[in-house]
Amino acid sequence: MAVEWRNFEPVLIPKIPNLHKIEVFEKNGGYQQLAKVLKEWTPEKVVDEVKAANIRGRGGAGFNAGLKWSFMPKPDGKPRYIAANGDESEPGTFKDRQIFEYNPHLFIEGATIAGFAMHIDAVYVYIRGEYKDWIDMMQKAIDDAYAKGYLGKNIMGSGYDMDMYVHSGAGAYICGEESSLMESLEGKRGYPRVKPPFPAQKGLWGRPTTINNIETLANVPLVIKNGADWYKSIGAENHPGPVLYGISGHINKPGVYEYPTGMSIHDLIYEVCGGMRGGKKIKAVIPGGSSTPPLRGDQLEGVCMDADSLRTAGSMMGTAGMIIMDEDTDIVDVVWRISHFYHHESCGQCTPCRDGTGFLEKTLIKIKDGHGEMRDLDLLLDLCTQMEGRTICALADAAAWPVRYAVTRFREDFEKKVKNTVYALA
Amino acid sequence: MKENYEFSKEDLAEIEKIKAKYPDKKSPVMPVLWLAQQKFGHVEPEVQQLVAKTLDIPAAHVYGVVSFYTQYYGERKGKFVFDVCTTLTCQLCGGYDILHHLEDKLGIKAGETTEDGMFSIQSVECLGACGYAPMMQITNGVYCNHLTTEKVDKIVDDLKAGKMPEFEQIPFPQHQDESNNKEG
Repeated sequence: MAVEWRNFEPVLIPKIPNLHKIEVFEKNGGYQQLAKVLKEWTPEKVVDEVKAANIRGRGGAGFNAGLKWSFMPKPDGKPRYIAANGDESEPGTFKDRQIFEYNPHLFIEGATIAGFAMHIDAVYVYIRGEYKDWIDMMQKAIDDAYAKGYLGKNIMGSGYDMDMYVHSGAGAYICGEESSLMESLEGKRGYPRVKPPFPAQKGLWGRPTTINNIETLANVPLVIKNGADWYKSIGAENHPGPVLYGISGHINKPGVYEYPTGMSIHDLIYEVCGGMRGGKKIKAVIPGGSSTPPLRGDQLEGVCMDADSLRTAGSMMGTAGMIIMDEDTDIVDVVWRISHFYHHESCGQCTPCRDGTGFLEKTLIKIKDGHGEMRDLDLLLDLCTQMEGRTICALADAAAWPVRYAVTRFREDFEKKVKNTVYALA
Repeated sequence: MKENYEFSKEDLAEIEKIKAKYPDKKSPVMPVLWLAQQKFGHVEPEVQQLVAKTLDIPAAHVYGVVSFYTQYYGERKGKFVFDVCTTLTCQLCGGYDILHHLEDKLGIKAGETTEDGMFSIQSVECLGACGYAPMMQITNGVYCNHLTTEKVDKIVDDLKAGKMPEFEQIPFPQHQDESNNKEG
């Protein structure tokens, strides 16, 4: 069942001019949730409330944020960290930059509340290096928050100390993976780490660390303000809350839109985004960034943007970065470009990924250029099987899924491009 | 000709500030490399040596970091580097047309630099501006969105005249259009 969305007013990025300025943010109730939590709440109460609200991580995995927080061990007096993930490199995703640009203080407030809940000493905000302008915006917001006493020593007279730093990436998709992000923060090549130990036990500099997406943390003050029950009343039952949909591709009005989870894909395309360019038919939709399996245009009836509905349809929510393709799109070309991306971004630690992404790309180039044979399609699927789940991090899976599901769901497009392998004997 | 690379007093004060953010001496390498690249325009091996010496870490480690991240220029590039996005949405919306137009206009291929050292072109992976495709970034800085061939020509001409395009704020659609979520 698609949720009601027409009367929804944005709450993550509300319609208030100049909200990125700290005075405007304060005037509109900003930092009051932080004050309330520091004065009246215990850290345990914050964790319980966030857990009850079931904020599912907005970075792709969709894990309950409060539950993740509860994995942090008891404080032992040594440093503990949050790494806020604003790497945002998944093709199709461009939502966190809206928070940096339009409502950075909501994120800072949320991260500070999270810090209080987990006895954190410092928050590192990891932003991809390409977002130079947005890094400056975030740095300005943090400086303002320090000046007003919302960060630093003795926050708002509560005796709680916490620092927040911005760390700029330098162009590596893999650094959006949580353990690779930590390696990058530690000033190393972004090689993902073997888990366990999980970050909550051994994270940044060997200390307990929680990694949350920027949008996830920006949801926290809303939960504290209105309660877990309010939050759960928005959007889909098992995947509640407002979400930033980044919609791009062959549509009339691409952009980032804030609506409840669980919206029907058809509503998003035809009503929110003004339909397809030139009134064409939908060939394919990638619902949550390039690594999520593409769906066929004729597969979309009744499919909604929440974890359960998308799983039933055979895809995933990912980062809610939707890419819409019209009927003239050459799927083989698109899948080749996705494979080229993963081949370029593979860190090279694990053989199935380093070589697998290369073989996928080479095979797809062969098919794209018209030299492919029917058996190459089976080779692609075989390669995917040999990559999935056999590496340290999920990049190999992310590279394999789009190929696997494109070959199975758009098989006729591939078959049109390849020669028959079986020849008649006589 | 071998150049001498040194950090100024102000740079060193800035580096001290960066070091204070991290608990160990290896971690500041990325922000310090950014600072060095901003100052010298690249991080060639001599600059890597300088960074290593300043932070008291092995030069091999600095080289490892430089070679892993695509935004560090381990070799000299043009004064202006066009990073043209061609991934997925930009591919769908004509990113390759923009790239090829730029290549024809400047007479070089992606990955090359013009002879006068003014411009380099790179075909890069997703820059996180998918809703505003096709797009490119200029020298790790400003984003140029909604590109057309005319817009590209103007940007190149402006840069030749020393004028950098300005940051373009793209309005949040729901702030702009009242009717959008009310009717339908």
